[in-house]
Amino acid sequence: MSLHIKNGRLVDPASGKDGPGDLYIADGKIVERLKSPQRTIDAKGLVVSPGFIDLSARLREPGYEYKATLESEMDAAVAGGVTSLACPPDTDPPLDEPGLVDMLRRRALSLERARVYPIGALTMKLQGKALTEMAELAEAGCVAFSQANVPLADTQVLWRALQYAATFGFPVWLRAEDAWLAQGGVAHDGEVATRLGLPGIPGFAETVALSTLLELVRATGARVHVCRLSTAGAVELMRRAKAERLPVSCDVGIHHVHLCDRDLGYFDANCRLEPPLRSQRDRDALSRALAEGTIDCLCSDHTPVDEDGKHVPFAEAEPGATGLELLLPLALKWGQARELPLAATLARITSEPARILGVAAARLAPGAPADLALFDPAAPLRVTPEALKSQGKNTPFAGYELAGRVRATIVGGAVVYEA
Amino acid sequence: MLRDPQLNANGELQHLLSIEGLPREVLVQILDTAESFAGVTEREVKKVPLLRGKSVFNLFFEPSTRTRTTFEIAAKRLSADVINLNIAVSSQSKGESLLDTVANLSAMQADIFVVRHASSGAPFLIARHVKPHEHVINAGDGRHAHPTQGLLDLFTIRHYKKDFTRLTVAVIGDVLHSRVARSLIHGLTTLGAPEVRVIAPQTLLPSGVEALGVRVFHDMRMGLKDCDVVVMLRLQNERMGGALLPSAQEYFKSYGLTADKLHLARPDAIVMHPGPMNRGVEIDSTVADGPHSVILPQVTFGIAVRMAVMSIVAGN
Repeated sequence: MSLHIKNGRLVDPASGKDGPGDLYIADGKIVERLKSPQRTIDAKGLVVSPGFIDLSARLREPGYEYKATLESEMDAAVAGGVTSLACPPDTDPPLDEPGLVDMLRRRALSLERARVYPIGALTMKLQGKALTEMAELAEAGCVAFSQANVPLADTQVLWRALQYAATFGFPVWLRAEDAWLAQGGVAHDGEVATRLGLPGIPGFAETVALSTLLELVRATGARVHVCRLSTAGAVELMRRAKAERLPVSCDVGIHHVHLCDRDLGYFDANCRLEPPLRSQRDRDALSRALAEGTIDCLCSDHTPVDEDGKHVPFAEAEPGATGLELLLPLALKWGQARELPLAATLARITSEPARILGVAAARLAPGAPADLALFDPAAPLRVTPEALKSQGKNTPFAGYELAGRVRATIVGGAVVYEA
Repeated sequence: MLRDPQLNANGELQHLLSIEGLPREVLVQILDTAESFAGVTEREVKKVPLLRGKSVFNLFFEPSTRTRTTFEIAAKRLSADVINLNIAVSSQSKGESLLDTVANLSAMQADIFVVRHASSGAPFLIARHVKPHEHVINAGDGRHAHPTQGLLDLFTIRHYKKDFTRLTVAVIGDVLHSRVARSLIHGLTTLGAPEVRVIAPQTLLPSGVEALGVRVFHDMRMGLKDCDVVVMLRLQNERMGGALLPSAQEYFKSYGLTADKLHLARPDAIVMHPGPMNRGVEIDSTVADGPHSVILPQVTFGIAVRMAVMSIVAGN
C-alpha cells in the first residue's frame, strides 16, 4: 500500500519542523516522492505527526481479561493515535518467562494495530527475590526490565539486578517508592489525606527510594529509567543526577501533571492512583520539569480497572485509570498551559519516548517507519467514559472539556484507525 | 466545586456524612433540636411519633456496641422500626459487595441507613447510590468522621459552657487514627471556638494537622494550661509496642490525664471521653470518675443528638 497525505500541517518534533507539506509512504516507510500512490488522504486542517509512543500501557493480558483484552486496548491505542506502546510486566502470571513474552508479542502482531514492546519482569514473579532470565527475555522481545508497581524492598537484590542488567546493557525501568514508608498508604500524606482520614504515603517515600536508586546507578553504571515521578523532591534529585551525567531518564503520567490530591474531592475512587496524586506544589514542579526537560517524557500509565474495582470505598479501590485515548488531549492541554510550540509538546509523546525505548520511529523523514497520527488539535472533546474504546472506563477526567481528536492512525504504512 | 453530597438542592441536610462542610446554621439546628429531645428522654413515656412507619437499618460493618445501641434507642424513641444488621459476620464474609448489600436492603423499603464502616469514605459511596428518599447517617468511617459523636460532644460542651466563642479546648491522644477528633475539631472551628489544641506525640498526629485549624502541643502540661474543655481520645491497645508507641506505661506517664495534670486546666474545666475508656492508659480513674468528668452525661446526650439527626434528615 502506498499513500499520499496531502494538505496537512507536518509537525516533526525530532527536528522541530512545523509547516504545511505532503508526505509519501511506500513499503511501510516514509519516502521522498511517489509517482502513483494507491491512496491519497486529504489532511486539510489536520496535524500530521509521528505516532505517539506510550511508555506505560497495561493491556491486562495474560490473566486479567475481565478488566481488558488485547483487542479492546489495542483499539484504544490506535484510537488515541498511539502507534507504539510499552507494557509493564504486572500481568498474571507476570512477564517473567520468554514463552509468555513471545505469546504476547504474537497476539499483538496478529491484531495489526499498534506496536507492542513488552517490559520483562526484573525478578521472578515480581517477588523481588530471584532474577529473571533477562538475556532470554530480551531475545523473546523484552526491551527493558521492571518491577511495575511492585516494590523491590531488598536493596541487595536491587543492587545485583542492576549489576546483572548493566552487564548486558539492558535498561531497567523502576518506580521510586520505599516499600516500608509507602506501606498501607493510599493517598499523598498531607492535608487532604489528613482531612479525609486516609492513610498517607509521604513524599519522601519517593525521594528516599530515588536516592538509593541513584546511588546504585553510580555504583553499577546501569541504565535506569525512573517511572512516574510524583514529587518536587524527586524532580530535584533527577535534575542533579542528569547534571552529573548519570545514565538516567524519567517520565511522568498524564494525571500527575494535571491533578493533585485536592481532586480526590469526596473520596473519588477514580483518583486512586499509583503513585498517589500529590500536592499542588508537586504537580506544578512536575509540569515545569517536563517542559524544561528534566522529565523526559509523558506517558498515559493506562490501567484499565473494571467497575467492581472502583465501586468500593476509596482505600479498597484498585489503583489506576484509563489513559491511552486521553494521552493526546492531555498532552495538548499541558503544552498550552506551558505555552510551548506544538512540536515541543508532541516531542514528549513521540521523539523523547522513542529515544528511551531505543526505536527508530517518531521522525517525519524519508526512511523512517511510517507510524503516524493525523489529528485535529482544536476539535473539542468532552471526556465521556462510555465512548472510550478501552474496556477501562475509569478516569478522573470524566466530564472534562478537552481539545484534540485523532482522525487517522497509520502504523507501518497501514491505516489502522480512521474516524 | 462539587456540591457537598450531604446537602440537598435547598442546602438542607439530606445525609449526615461529616461535620466538615456543614454550615453553622445546620449545626445549631441539630443542637437545638437535640435540646428539645433531651426532655423526651426524661419523660415516663419516652416516645414521640416522628418516625412512625419508617424503617431504620443499622448497618454495622465494624463491631460496635455503644454507638449501635444509642442509635437503636434513638430510633425507637422516634417510633421507627429498627433493624440491626451485623454485617461484619454475615454478607461481607460471603463476598457480597457493599453496594449490593445496600441495594438489597433498599429493596426492603429502608428509609434511613445508619452506617459504620472500617474504610474512610464508605458512607459517601453509599450515599451516592441510594434512592432520593433514603438517608444515610455516618456512624463512623475509618479514620475519617464520626459526626454524631462530634455533635454529641458539641452538645455536651454547649450544655456546660454555653458559649463556644471564648473556649479553649484540648483534644488529647491518638488524633492520627481518630474519626472522633476530626469531627469534633471541624465542629468546634465552625462554631467559633477560638482555640482548639491537639496534644500528642508526633507519631499520633496526622501530617499537616495544623491545617484543620488547631494548635499542636507535644507537652501535655503546656497544652492543658487554662483549658475549659479536655477531650481524651481512646488509645487502642494494638497501637502499643510497635513503631508508634513503646508501651502503655510510658504513654500514660507523658499523655495520661491525672488529677495532678488536670489542675493546670481551668478550675471549672470539664473532662470528656468518647468511650470506651482505657483506665490507666489515657485516663486515671480518679479523673474519669471525678467531679470534672462529664463522660456519662455524654452518653445520655448522645441519644437526644441521634434523635435530632434522624428526625431532621427524615423531614428533609
